[in-house]
Amino acid sequence: MLIFTCPYCGVAAEETELAAGGEAHLTRFGPGSSDDDFESYLFTRENPKGVHFERWRHVYGCGKWFHAARCTVSNEVFGTYSAQTTEPTAEIRETISKKRPGWSWRDMNGEG
Amino acid sequence: MSTRVAKGGRLIDRSKTIEFTFNGKRFQGHAGDTLASALLSANQMLVGRSFKYHRPRGIVASGVEEPNAIVNLGEGNKHEPNQRATTTELFHGLTATSQNHWPSLEYDVGAVNGLLGRFLTAGFYYKTFIHPRPFWKHIYEPFIRQSAGLGKAPDPETRDPDHYEHFYAFVDVLVVGGGVAGLQAAKAAAVSGKRVMLIEQTAHWGGRAVVDGGEIDGKPVDTWVNDTLQALEGMENVRIRSRMMGAGVYDHGYVLGYERVNDHAPEIGGPRHRLWRIRAKQIVTATGALERPLSFAGNDIPGVMLASAVRDYLVNYGVSPGDRTVVVTNNDDAYRTAIALKQAGLAVPCIIDARHEGGGQLMKEAQALGIRVEMGHGIAKVHGGKRVSGVSLCRQNGEGNVLEDIDCDAVAMSGGWSPVVHLWSHNGGKLTWDADKAFFKPDPSRAPIGDDGKPNVITAGAASGHLRLKDLLEDADNAGKTSAGLEAASDAPTGSDADEVALEPVWLMPSGAHYGLRLKAWLDYQNDVKVSDVQLAAREGYESVEHTKRYTTLGMATDQGKLSNINGLAILSGALGADIPNVGTTTFRPPYTTISMGAITGDARGDLFHPVRKTPISDWSIAHGADLEPVGDWRRPYTYLRDGETRETAVIREIKATRESVGLLDASTLGKIIVKGPDAGRFMDMLYTNMMSSLKPGKCRYGLMCSENGFLSDDGVVARIDEDTFLCHTTTGGADRIHAHMEEWLQTEWWDWKVYTANVTEQYAQIGVVGPNARKLLEKLGGMDVSKEAMAFMEWKDGELAGFPVRVYRISFSGELSYEVSVPASQGRALWDKLMEEGKEFNATPYGTEALHVMRAEKGFIMIGDETDGTVIPQDLGLHWAISKKKDDYIGKRAQTRRFMDNADRWQLVGLETVDGSVLPDGAYAVAAGKNANGQRNTQGRVTSTYYSPTLEKGIAMGLVHNGPQRMGEVIPFMKDDGETVVEAKIVNAVFYDPEGEKQNV
Repeated sequence: MLIFTCPYCGVAAEETELAAGGEAHLTRFGPGSSDDDFESYLFTRENPKGVHFERWRHVYGCGKWFHAARCTVSNEVFGTYSAQTTEPTAEIRETISKKRPGWSWRDMNGEG
Repeated sequence: MSTRVAKGGRLIDRSKTIEFTFNGKRFQGHAGDTLASALLSANQMLVGRSFKYHRPRGIVASGVEEPNAIVNLGEGNKHEPNQRATTTELFHGLTATSQNHWPSLEYDVGAVNGLLGRFLTAGFYYKTFIHPRPFWKHIYEPFIRQSAGLGKAPDPETRDPDHYEHFYAFVDVLVVGGGVAGLQAAKAAAVSGKRVMLIEQTAHWGGRAVVDGGEIDGKPVDTWVNDTLQALEGMENVRIRSRMMGAGVYDHGYVLGYERVNDHAPEIGGPRHRLWRIRAKQIVTATGALERPLSFAGNDIPGVMLASAVRDYLVNYGVSPGDRTVVVTNNDDAYRTAIALKQAGLAVPCIIDARHEGGGQLMKEAQALGIRVEMGHGIAKVHGGKRVSGVSLCRQNGEGNVLEDIDCDAVAMSGGWSPVVHLWSHNGGKLTWDADKAFFKPDPSRAPIGDDGKPNVITAGAASGHLRLKDLLEDADNAGKTSAGLEAASDAPTGSDADEVALEPVWLMPSGAHYGLRLKAWLDYQNDVKVSDVQLAAREGYESVEHTKRYTTLGMATDQGKLSNINGLAILSGALGADIPNVGTTTFRPPYTTISMGAITGDARGDLFHPVRKTPISDWSIAHGADLEPVGDWRRPYTYLRDGETRETAVIREIKATRESVGLLDASTLGKIIVKGPDAGRFMDMLYTNMMSSLKPGKCRYGLMCSENGFLSDDGVVARIDEDTFLCHTTTGGADRIHAHMEEWLQTEWWDWKVYTANVTEQYAQIGVVGPNARKLLEKLGGMDVSKEAMAFMEWKDGELAGFPVRVYRISFSGELSYEVSVPASQGRALWDKLMEEGKEFNATPYGTEALHVMRAEKGFIMIGDETDGTVIPQDLGLHWAISKKKDDYIGKRAQTRRFMDNADRWQLVGLETVDGSVLPDGAYAVAAGKNANGQRNTQGRVTSTYYSPTLEKGIAMGLVHNGPQRMGEVIPFMKDDGETVVEAKIVNAVFYDPEGEKQNV
C-alpha cells in the first residue's frame, strides 16, 4: 500500500485515502482536433517500466488533486507536486535525473 | 508411547489441570500446554489423515510449520476448521475434532486410496477425469469434491459471535520475531530513542535459544532473555506485543500484524483477534529458521517428528514423544535432541548420521552418554502403521539394502535448517543460495525498498542465515542499529554454544533409494506429495518450480510448504540435473500463516458493513410502511405498503392518488451542487451540453452532462440563483460522482477559472408536491404566492410556506402540476408532517421510487441508468434539443463528432406498446433475421424501461431500437428469457401521457 505526501495539506496519505487518476500531463484535444490527436488524448497512455507521472486525488482528505512521480518498478516516489502545472516541475525533474541518470522528460520508455 | 515425563517443562504449570476434548473423548493437560503437547502427553500421536491417501498422520512439528495436526476447533457458531494443534494454547473446555477421515480417525475407508498409491500419482486427476468431457461436471467432480477437502466449513446459517477489530500503528522500527535476535535488535534500535515495536507470534520470548541452551554474556539464555525483555518493557519508546504475528510486508513499509488476543483464554473477553495495520519506516525481520525433514521411506508414519520438535516437547512441556527415539540427521544440531532425551532418562537406541565423518563436539557428548552413533548411514524405511515400531538401517550411499532393524517408537529427524525468508520476500527481497549451509538466505544487496528508494527491510539472526548464537547476536545487534540509523559498534552481547561441524546436504535417504522407497518418501505430508511425484513431474516436462508446485500440489496445503518446499525443489533440481539456485523457489506470499476472516473484516459487518444514508424524512417513511430499496448509498422507499397491499397494488394506488389529486415525494436524496464564481457560467457551459450561461436568475433548465468520451453520464434541473451562482440537481446516485467530476476539471484543467463548487445535498430536505391539487395544498399552507402568474413552469422562488423558509422549484418529473419544496434539512421532517396533515382533505399520498419511475415513463422522460448504460449518447435519446449548437465546446462535444456517433444509423429511443397489452420483460432484446459472427441471433433493439401503466391500463415501455424514430408504427418481435416466446410490440412515440404537456403547465 503506497504512501504519498499531499502537497496541499502536507499529510503523508495512505493509499486508502487516495484515488488514482491515471497518467498526468495529458493535453486536452477538443472540438476541431484531428481524429488521431483526439484518440491519443482519450485512449493512448504511457505504460513505462520506470519513471511515471500520475494524478492522484486526496479524496478522503483535503479533496485536492495532485501529481506524483513514481517508479513503476520499485514504487520509489520521487516527489509529489501541484496539479496546476502542465509538466513536471524543474525540481522534480532534477531529483529524478539524479536518481535515474539518463532519464529525460517525455522519454518515458527510456532507461529510468 | 508418548507421555509426560516426571520432571521438566519450562512452560507448563503442573499444579493446574485443564480439561478438553478431542474427537469427543475427554483429555487433560496443564496450563501452558498447547493442544499438541497435551495430546502427546496422553499418547494421542495419531491426529489426522492425509488429503489424498488418508494415511494416518501424527504430530510432526511444534510450531507454525505443522502440516498434520490440523483440527476443527470449537462447536456451533464457534466452529473453525484447519487450526494447528501446535499453535493452539490449551484452555478449559477446548473442543477439537480431527479432519479428513470417514467414518473415524482410527478406521478410515478412504485409506484404501493408499493401496492405490502407485496409481494416484501426480497429475492423476488431470489425466484420468478429462474423458469423456461431460462426465467431469456430473460424475467426477461431485464425487471428488465429496472425498476431498480439509475440515468442515462453518454452517452458513451461523454468525460468528466474536468481535474483531483493526488497530493502526506508526513506528520507526518494527521488529518481527521475539527470539534472542529480535530482542537484541529491538534493544539496539531502541537506544536511539526512536519508536520501536517488537512483535512475537507465540506467547513466549526467546525463541529456540532458550530450548537449545548456550550462554549469552556468560548468563544462561533464559536469564538474558528475561533481563532484556525487562529492559525493553521499561523503555517508553518501545511497544511489545506477544501472540502477534507479522503476517505480511507490503509496499512502503506497510505491515499487517495478526494478534490473537484471547484465543488462549476466551473468558477474558474483548476482541478475539486484531488486525494491526502498521506503517514502519524500517522493518527488522528476526523470523528465525525452520527445520527440514529428511526424505526416507515411511517418514510420514506417526512418531516420525522433527528433531527440534521432539526437543521442544521435552524441554518446554515435559512431554516425551516416545520411549525409544532414533535420531536421524545430517547435521550436529539434532544431537542436542538425543542428549536431551538421554538426560531425561529416555532411551536413544541410535543416532543415524548420514555424514561419513559424523559430527563434532555434540557427537562426542552424545557418545560419552553412551549413545550409539552410526556414521554414513541412513534410514531405509520406517516400520509401523498408526505408530512407528522400528527403523531399518542402511548405508546412506546405497539403494537401501537393510543392514539391521532397530526397534523404536519415535524417530527424530533433521535435514538442516532453512531461514524464514517469507517477510523478507513479500515485497521483493531477493534470495541467494548458501551452498555451505544448504539453504536460501536473504541477499542484503537486493533488499525490498521503501518510498525513498532505500532498503526498508533488514534481517536479523537466523533469518539472515546465522545459526550460531555468537554470529546471530552480532547480526541482530547490527540490524537493530542500522534500522535506527545508528553507527555499527562492536558491543553486541557475546553468545557461546557448542562448536559444530558442517552439515552435509541430504535430499534423499538413502541417496540411491529405489522406486519402492521413493514412493513412500513424503515431501508434503498434508497434500500427499512424495519424492516419486516430483520426479514424475520433472519427467513429464514440468521444469518450472511454479508449474511443478501446481501439478503435484507440493506446498499448496495449509502449511504452504514451510516444512517441505526446499526438499521438494532439491528433488526437482536433482531430477532436472540443474543446480538448486537455478531452479529457484516458488513465490512467498502473505500472510505468513493463515489469519482469520474475522480479523480481516474487523468491525465492517452487519450495520457497520456499509454506511447507509438517510434523509430527514426516512424515519417517517420507515414508520409508515416504506418498502426500502438501495439507491446509491441511500435507502429510498420503493413504495409505502398499507395493510393487505402487494408492492404492485401499492404502486398503482400511489400513482392514481397523485394523478387524481396530490402525491408527496421525499426527493431529499437528489444531488444538489452549488457552482459559484465569476466564471461559473463559462464552467456550466463546459459541464452541460446545453447553454447554461444564458439561463436567467429565477429560471430552471433541464440539462445533460456527458463524459469526455461523449456518453451521457447524468441529468437534472439547473436553477440559476444569481449572476454568479447555479444550483445543479443531479441524480440520487450521481451527486458525489458529479461533484468529483466538476472538481477534477476545475482543479486539473481549468484551474485558472474563478469557480467554486460545493456539494450541499445533505443540507436540504426536498419534497415533491405533485398532482392537480398541488397548488391548492401549498396555498392552504399559506405564505408565498405559488400561482401560475407568480411562478411559471420552470421557475423557482425563495419564500415562506406555513412559516418554513423554503425555496420552491416549479419543475415536474411526472407530467403533473408539480412543485419541489426545499427547506433546511433540520426542518424537513416538520414540513413533511405539515404537508401530510394539511393534505388530508386532498388525500395527499406519499409515493415511492416505483411510482416516480412509472409516472416519468408515462411521460417518456429518461432515467439515467435505465435509458443510459455508459454507451448511450444524448442524440440516441432524441435529446438534440438539449444540446447546444452555438457552443464551441463542452465536455463530450468532440467525441460526439466521431463518425459512428454523428450518425443516424444507431439504436435510438422510442416508445414500445405490446400488441396484446402485456408488459414487456425488462431488458428483452428485439430479434432480427440471421445470426452474428458468434452464431448468436441478430438483434435490433432492447427494452430499457418497462412498466404496467395504471393511468393507461396497459403495459408501456421505452427501448433503444435500430433507427427506431424512422420506424413508427412498425411491429417488431421481442424475445422472452426462455429464448422461444416472442412478444410483439409496436414502435410508438415515447410520450404516452399528456403529450401536449397541458397538465404540468397550469
